[in-house]
Amino acid sequence: MAALEKITKVTGRAVPVPGDDVDTDRIIPARFMKCVTFDGLGEFAFYDVRYDGEGKKKPHPLNEKRFEGATIMLVGSNFGCGSSREHAPQSLHKFGVRAIIGLSYAEIFFGNATTLGMPCVSVDKDTLHTLTQIVESHPDKALTIDLEKMTVTAGENSYPIKLAETAREGLLAGEWDPLALLLNKPEDIETVADRLHYV
Amino acid sequence: MGKTLFHKVWEDHAVRKLPNGQTQLFIGTHLIHEVTSPQAFGMLRDLGLTVKYPSRTFATVDHIVPTNELVEPYSDPLAQAMIEALRKNTKEFGITFFDTNTGKQGIVHIVGPEQGITQPGTTIACGDSHTATHGAFGAIAFGIGTSQVRDVLATQTMALSPMKVRRINVDGKLLPGVYAKDVILHIIRLLGVNGGLGYAYEYGGEVFDNFSMEERMTVCNMSIEGGARCGYVNPDEKTFEYLKGRPYCPNGAKWEDAVKKWKSYASDKDAEYDDVVNIKAEDIKPTVTWGINPGQAVFIDENLPLLEELEGSDRATAAEAYEHMSLTPGQPIRGTKIDVAFVGSCTNGRMSDLEETAKYLKGRHVAPGVTAICVPGSQVVAQIAEAKGLDKIFREAGFEWRGAGCSMCLAMNPDKLKGNQLSASSSNRNFKGRQGSPTGRTILMSPVMVAAAAITGEVCDAREVFGFAETVSA
Ligand code: SF4
Repeated sequence: MAALEKITKVTGRAVPVPGDDVDTDRIIPARFMKCVTFDGLGEFAFYDVRYDGEGKKKPHPLNEKRFEGATIMLVGSNFGCGSSREHAPQSLHKFGVRAIIGLSYAEIFFGNATTLGMPCVSVDKDTLHTLTQIVESHPDKALTIDLEKMTVTAGENSYPIKLAETAREGLLAGEWDPLALLLNKPEDIETVADRLHYV
Repeated sequence: MGKTLFHKVWEDHAVRKLPNGQTQLFIGTHLIHEVTSPQAFGMLRDLGLTVKYPSRTFATVDHIVPTNELVEPYSDPLAQAMIEALRKNTKEFGITFFDTNTGKQGIVHIVGPEQGITQPGTTIACGDSHTATHGAFGAIAFGIGTSQVRDVLATQTMALSPMKVRRINVDGKLLPGVYAKDVILHIIRLLGVNGGLGYAYEYGGEVFDNFSMEERMTVCNMSIEGGARCGYVNPDEKTFEYLKGRPYCPNGAKWEDAVKKWKSYASDKDAEYDDVVNIKAEDIKPTVTWGINPGQAVFIDENLPLLEELEGSDRATAAEAYEHMSLTPGQPIRGTKIDVAFVGSCTNGRMSDLEETAKYLKGRHVAPGVTAICVPGSQVVAQIAEAKGLDKIFREAGFEWRGAGCSMCLAMNPDKLKGNQLSASSSNRNFKGRQGSPTGRTILMSPVMVAAAAITGEVCDAREVFGFAETVSA
């Protein structure tokens, strides 16, 4: 496997996606999962939130011109709950999202997003509120997530972020996709297989 | 100090510690279906890799199968492309595929146990969040993402962080008309949809000892709805009795050895848990959801919560739920009109679910204006049910009788809610848009409660409709 990029910083404009417990069906409605590749999923990200029954745009930050091209999403708590489907983080990644800042994440979503090299960092409520206000009033201003310093910077100000150590190390070391590691000691795998009674 | 089943299985399957602190865990059994596997096979090809242990992966097709249209090509070309991709991938890599012409096809979490592939003391992974179902057999089973499906195909292992174990005891006796579905809805309501984050749930106590394997599966199935990535019940005689003679189970002299080994995995009496929760069976009543996550639930005879009673984000989610569901705080949930009744899914699409439901549907009829469908979870379930004449009972009661698949549980096949239709559903998720219409509404409940709702045309107490009530007060 080719070496992966080391992810130390993500810089980009941000878009607030309000609400807690945003589930995977909301991120990518199941009817768009009929596909054999992930290509093309981006345009269906948050489809039912962005469009009404007739395909007309609904008022939502993701539809606003001023947030167009944003690569960081600001979200609430328990983001990505529900299904294990990787279609959800994949659709966001294809939509252009490169990092998420939020209060908390569902476990499987967090893992899936990390494997794509898309950090999901956590901040406290006050910071989220402040960042949302900054982004709302200056949508053209870029935020920088720094995984070495563990901060998010908006203009002059920096705020602390949290990220599980395993995910952070993986991203910084360019080992956010574990497959290379899993492949490199086949003999260890075979030893375990031989020892198990049912394999 | 003794060990839990979770720790014993984990230690047995640990390959090594990875530099980031995670464990490389051997996955004994890998189950795949058409939705989350094609991209993983694509990634394998891109990387020039192959499947390491093809005999340890089993495939079936469930989500996209149109259960009212059993001949190919399906009218939806995307569905046709997905089933063909799975055929091609399984053939190319030498993986067993329970295709639609084998008589064994069905929802992945029903097929595994039915074929005896699901066994105690094993690790099981599947690109599907309801994989915990297999935990009913004392397996450590979790849902994984597509990249992990790729990892398991390529290495038969995956990288995982350890979990804590919470023991949930339900002791006492369930009241008449209270089912396994009510038990798990109650647990989720108590502990919250995030309550299980970071935990494996070990279910035990008198109620689980008395439960059939199918009832245990119903509970384990919804572990993820409570935030727990896996849930399990320790293996016992019932487990072994269920498995004996199944196609993929050991037989002859090997059977005795297997049972001995399986027994050794059960949690030790003095095992240490990170948390213990005790629930009294008698406190549980038939439970229905009213909102947009499975934790938003009430007993059938309760009124819906007032917003003032809720805190913080619960209140915000509740407000959103009330708006979506067009329900009013403080009102009873009973009497809510339904449009659709759905019996099926990996939660409640097994033989015992259909039998119990048919028992009460017999001689009754679905209310005018209600669309009712019954979808057996697998072809095997369908065959046994039909041999027993259940299809006739369902049909005579005004239900459609379908082929095996996920159907109305999610919107990846022709079965979808229209507009803001309200569905009484035996499935496991009531998220906005889950059943196909962005404005569609879902109320989760046990299959017998779905039958009662179908007959009266409204959410109601099955105990009264079917005369359990006397038994309750007696
Ligand atoms: S029945 Fe529903 S929850 Fe179960 S596998 Fe199918 S879609 Fe998923």
